[in-house]
Amino acid sequence: MTLVNVWFIIIAVLWTGFFVLEGFDFGVGILHRYLARDEADRLTVINTIGPLWDGNEVWLVVAGAAMFAAFPGWYATMFSAMYLALALVLVALILRGVAFEFRGRDTGTGWRRTWSILLVVGSVVAPFLIGVALGDLLQGLPIGSDQEYAGTFWDLLQPYALWVGITLVAICNLHGATFIALKTTGEVRDRAKKLAKRLAPFVAVIVAVFAIWTHVIAGKGVLPNIVEIAAILAIVAAAWFAGEERDGWAFALTTFVMAATIVSIFTELFPRVMVSTNGPATDLTISNTASGSYTLKLMTVIFVIIFPVVAAYQAWTYHTFRRRLSRAEFENPAEE
Amino acid sequence: MTSIYHFLFVPVTIGLAFLTAVLQTMWHRRGQAAYRRLTRFFGTLLVINIAVGVVTGLVQEFQFGMNWSAYSRLVGDVFGAPLAMEGLAAFFLEATFLGVWIFGWDRLPRRIHLASIWAVAIGASLSAAFIMAANSWMQHPVGYTTDASTGKPQLDDIWAVMTNPVFLWGYTHVLLAALATAAVVMLAVSAWQLRKGKHTEVFARSAKLSLAVLAPTMLLAMFVGSELGVVEARYQPMKIAAAEAQWETCQPCSFSVFQIGGGNNDQTPTQVIEIPHLLSLLATNHWNGQVIGLNEINAQYQQQYGPGNYVPNVFIQYWSMRLMAYTAVVILLLSLWGLWLVHRRKLETSRRFLWLATWAVFLPIIMNTAGWMLTENGRQPWIVQGIMLTADGVSPSVGTATIVTSLIVFFLLYLVLAVVDVVLMIRYARRELPPAPAEPADEPPVPAAIP
Repeated sequence: MTLVNVWFIIIAVLWTGFFVLEGFDFGVGILHRYLARDEADRLTVINTIGPLWDGNEVWLVVAGAAMFAAFPGWYATMFSAMYLALALVLVALILRGVAFEFRGRDTGTGWRRTWSILLVVGSVVAPFLIGVALGDLLQGLPIGSDQEYAGTFWDLLQPYALWVGITLVAICNLHGATFIALKTTGEVRDRAKKLAKRLAPFVAVIVAVFAIWTHVIAGKGVLPNIVEIAAILAIVAAAWFAGEERDGWAFALTTFVMAATIVSIFTELFPRVMVSTNGPATDLTISNTASGSYTLKLMTVIFVIIFPVVAAYQAWTYHTFRRRLSRAEFENPAEE
Repeated sequence: MTSIYHFLFVPVTIGLAFLTAVLQTMWHRRGQAAYRRLTRFFGTLLVINIAVGVVTGLVQEFQFGMNWSAYSRLVGDVFGAPLAMEGLAAFFLEATFLGVWIFGWDRLPRRIHLASIWAVAIGASLSAAFIMAANSWMQHPVGYTTDASTGKPQLDDIWAVMTNPVFLWGYTHVLLAALATAAVVMLAVSAWQLRKGKHTEVFARSAKLSLAVLAPTMLLAMFVGSELGVVEARYQPMKIAAAEAQWETCQPCSFSVFQIGGGNNDQTPTQVIEIPHLLSLLATNHWNGQVIGLNEINAQYQQQYGPGNYVPNVFIQYWSMRLMAYTAVVILLLSLWGLWLVHRRKLETSRRFLWLATWAVFLPIIMNTAGWMLTENGRQPWIVQGIMLTADGVSPSVGTATIVTSLIVFFLLYLVLAVVDVVLMIRYARRELPPAPAEPADEPPVPAAIP
């Protein structure tokens, strides 16, 4: 296995990590109004990800930076081709990020409402557009022989890519619901579980369509592979576990669904990194976009040293903040 | 443009993270409640600010690919590596432990909680290190070989990149400037509170701490800055010559304190106040050192890289240099005055000083922006010194209309965020301290949560 392959895998892992972790953050952001009856409920829901979301978002930064370092050609083409889409993603992430922080700085209901709604919108837009971007990698974009993008913003909005976006938003909702169920008590938890059960059939259908479509696009027939079938079954099982008071299992299963979805996109992509609609000769592949061997070697050493440390302290964070939150803690918002 | 905005908030973040960590360490060591209250107070200021700093950092990381795809494609091999290391080593550390720190007040052993604020401070300054290493490579490319077939620079010596003299001096300079910036912010907030006569005892401490930090850092920053000037005079003579509007080679050279005229279209300034020998000393460390003029360097570059004009905008260069240096001197004088007042035990009562110290909050902003302009404008027309011109670095597939639209969107967004951020910080800074706990050792659990 060459280092170029290793780095393709590392990047796939980073994207998967991002969606598994930030996926429930997005879900919590989307659902925090729907699952809440009053401000105390909303605070309970938001605080489930309070200490975690910032660290989770870094996965996206690192995924992008790893692409820059290991495959500059891929990074340059993808990010300039998807200019407007990514600009919107950034706006969404910025609004979402500061919404957490600014929302609580004033007690006025109008102020809180505004940031709350921005939080919902940002949490929908970001995974949707990133999903569209990942879908475009596989469906193909007009790329010239100079590796430069030759299309417009509207060329990005292709049917399959849009479906990937919808799929990711759907999974984020389910993933968020199982996460909230795992991290709260009382009525908020009950509502989250009920929601997870009701959402599951829809998400299962959406993911099934995604799996079949992905295979058609990749030219590998119609049938989903074993992992994808397992993912669809996992959604059904998650709904069942949610009903059976097994919050941990339900969450573990939606984690698997999210991971399987992202991994299947990257698996079908390999060894290409961006499909070109101008024929296979102009496809971007891991070999025609990669950095030199010195850079790859250096980055591998750094990654092998640092990544386990990062994983360890992030896991420690989750362990530290593992306890469930109850609305009683937020009923009398103390003066900050 | 976005990088200037980013640079407005980041120094405050880095510096404030350190100062908050210092405050908490003092509380930990001495157990005085006053320090705990100060830690909380300034920690909240830090958190409000970091929210903006982190998300705008995300934009920075993405826009290389979005706006500068040709640049990224050419130099990604070298330039991408420090950025990826920044993400892995620094961003994760900073973001993760910030969450731990905010929410860990009563859930963690004190020692670990203290360690987490230090992790934030270290993460913030590490990230500055990697980004400065990348930037210094743009100023003075080292540690690479040019691939014969593709013409792309390929990294072959990371050690050279990380010991680039421009990086070592530049990073120290930036770190000191960040610390000074945060010290000024802390001083200004404390001064405002002292003027209102609230919590005098508590805020006198933070004022003294900020002064004790400010004076030496400012002095060091100026010293390192002048050493950086010498280094840059060696590798980027154009930048220094332009900063001094020195069109002709001179030896020895005088430093011009103030001049009228002397821009790109007018090589003979009409009015100059000069100090003899000072420029030679600043640029070369020698009393009679030679500084090569803009015209001569331009002629040299034309021979080396082909015809063209390689002179940056001299007017911006000259004035950003002066703006930076003069503001720095004002800040230094202010801090010395403050220390003298502390010595005379008059700090809390000198209304004139406190008034000035409050308004001094704008000085480091001017200083940092001018410094950044100085180094970035001085590299023009290159995006990577001697390797690629800025004009060749932009994304060919992205239309001007798209860039303009997104620039306007980001500008408006940043403007709104800046206003909200500043308003929130000011409002919070004017707030009264949370009441002192009766027994700091075991106070009722404060809800450590997003309020």
